[in-house]
Amino acid sequence: MKQFWSFIKKEFYHIFRDHRTMLILLGMPVVQIIIFGFALTNEVKNSRIAVLDRSNDAASASLIAELEASRYFEIQKHLYSYQEVEEEFKKGNIKMAVILPQNFEADLKHLNKAQVQVIADASDPNVANTLTNYASAIILDYQDRITDGRQLPYKINTEMRMLYNPQMKGAYSFVPGVMALVLMLVCTMMTAITIVREKEMGTMEVLLVSPVQPLKIVIAKAVPYFFLSLVNIASILLLSVFVLEVPINGSLPLLVLESILFTVTSLVLGLLISSVTESQQTAMFISLTGMFMPTIMLSGFMFPIENMPRLLQLISNIIPAKWYYIIVRSVMIKGVGLEAVWKETLVLVGMLVFLLFMSIRKFKIRLV
Amino acid sequence: MRTLLFLLQKEFRQITRDKSILRMILVMPMLQLVLLPNAADYEMKNILLSVVDHDHSEYSRQLVQKVTSSGYFKLNSFSDSYADALQEVEEDRADLILEIPARFEKSLVHEDQATLFLAINSINGVKANLGGAYLRSIIQDYNREVRTQWIQLPRLSPETTIDIVPTNWFNPRMNYKVFMVPGILVILVTLVGSFLTSLNIVREKEVGTMEQINVTPIKKHHFILGKLIPFWAMGLLVLTLGFGIARIGYGIIPLGSFLTIYVFAAVFLLAVLGLGLLTSTYSDTQQQAMLVSFFMMMIFILLSGLYTPIDSMPTWARYITRINPVAYFIDVIRLVVLKGAGLYEIRQQLAIMFGFAVLLNGWAVLSYHKRS
Repeated sequence: MKQFWSFIKKEFYHIFRDHRTMLILLGMPVVQIIIFGFALTNEVKNSRIAVLDRSNDAASASLIAELEASRYFEIQKHLYSYQEVEEEFKKGNIKMAVILPQNFEADLKHLNKAQVQVIADASDPNVANTLTNYASAIILDYQDRITDGRQLPYKINTEMRMLYNPQMKGAYSFVPGVMALVLMLVCTMMTAITIVREKEMGTMEVLLVSPVQPLKIVIAKAVPYFFLSLVNIASILLLSVFVLEVPINGSLPLLVLESILFTVTSLVLGLLISSVTESQQTAMFISLTGMFMPTIMLSGFMFPIENMPRLLQLISNIIPAKWYYIIVRSVMIKGVGLEAVWKETLVLVGMLVFLLFMSIRKFKIRLV
Repeated sequence: MRTLLFLLQKEFRQITRDKSILRMILVMPMLQLVLLPNAADYEMKNILLSVVDHDHSEYSRQLVQKVTSSGYFKLNSFSDSYADALQEVEEDRADLILEIPARFEKSLVHEDQATLFLAINSINGVKANLGGAYLRSIIQDYNREVRTQWIQLPRLSPETTIDIVPTNWFNPRMNYKVFMVPGILVILVTLVGSFLTSLNIVREKEVGTMEQINVTPIKKHHFILGKLIPFWAMGLLVLTLGFGIARIGYGIIPLGSFLTIYVFAAVFLLAVLGLGLLTSTYSDTQQQAMLVSFFMMMIFILLSGLYTPIDSMPTWARYITRINPVAYFIDVIRLVVLKGAGLYEIRQQLAIMFGFAVLLNGWAVLSYHKRS
């Protein structure tokens, strides 16, 4: 036991000696959470659009005013010919163009029918879709307003209620995702090069001839990083609540425990990478290039998992961040308890046990 | 010149010697390019729906039938009460609740109107908005059907209607992959280029071979060029392989010319590699270099406009994107691939990137000293 403690002490020295690295390890999550928490959102707002008004009458002017008033659109330009529309799109100046035909008001008054053309830059289909939807909603509202007073028979009304996030804040879905992403990558990266570094520097031999068991070497490596991670969890949670204003509706102890579970899983994943690789370069390449994109894309916060093809849905299951994301979202925002997330928790525990087992088995006690 | 050739030979040998890392540099990005773009599908379908039908009438059945056959919604369950349905939402088995009140049919027929209740899980606001809009338009359609059953509408509709004619340019089939594949390719090229260079010099420091190089008569710029060129070539190789996959796997052929893309990519890689070198000269250990470049790359990639539109970001974040080389490349590659832009249209971005390349590499050369 005494040996074990002195081992842990050695690892602590290694880390605390290097102030620069420490600063990066503790400062990085803070900066990232703040930047991504504010900047990442799939809300579409302030989109630059152009209008081509061919009728220039009272009705078209008031419809354009409605568009201008919404926070989704920013009218960049008033165009005068159809050719200009294409030019503006090509230059990337606008995302959508609204074209009102000649005799707009007259058509509305006499034929009870008029047309509006909405052209979207569909190179980003998501934004195009959303913008077209927003524009349609505004135009339909306008239409309702001018029909008002003529109550139609057999009318079905809808009453809509937004659960959990009535103000539709983008932060509510992105902050938990960013938490999962940052925690997972930082923690994995911290431990990914610990063992392989000793191999590369040649100090591994010294460790292996000491009477300490491999299991203890592996665990001692992770302990100091575990404490660093605790600090990171605390700072991330504090920032989410007080700076990004995402509430913790569920129980805080549960959230902290789940975060610790997730962090430890990531640390052990790093240890596994470290013990199967031969150079720091390889270890880093796996933990970054290998994990970065899959974690962003398959953990469910950028793209809905239920839309993915079957194969990718299956692959997404082995990404720890996916499960943690579900847990954080449920506990923080929906405010539910362990009874709603016990399955996800079990999956994480299972991953932890598996990774720990693998990294001890793969830890070679002989150098080649 | 000869010194440079020998240095290049050494670097290439070091890279190709380690077969496992070489394989990883080439295979891992390609595998990701084959798999990941399929995950990026934002089209709303299979929104999980829970129905609470208190009415059990012919009309309520018709309505549910109409909603589920639309393709956007997947009926998860019929619940007996709103509380049960809410439970489903809490456990992530449903995203949307449609509650049909008792006497829905009767009040619609006898009182001329009836009200439906929708509740949407709006943690993801965009998804909730779209889901709600789809469901509403289906209900409106149904409403129109009911109306025509009961009354003969006059030929000239009394209801004023504005027909909205939506058109989608540049990607009329709304194929999300055409948008994502070039972007993901840019990220993979960046990852390969930046991480490896940032580790490279510092590795020589850590292992101790840096001193040996420093006592040789090798010139500073030779040394740095020797470090740059191999990874520059590697980046272009990954880009080429990536376009092969884009063509075979996704049928994506750029509208613009490859020349434009390669010219930009060449300058872009110089800038990114320069950044890697700079990180490398300022770090003492590989761990430091790796953490710093991870930190920068993560910001560059997430604020590049690949996943979330730059227009939606707050003003200060949009300023960050102006000094973000990755954002420029993603912008350019999409302009070229989707809209057929040529060198003339992207001249501004190209000039800025050239500026980055000169600045970063110049800085790296100046800050690298042979004496410690």
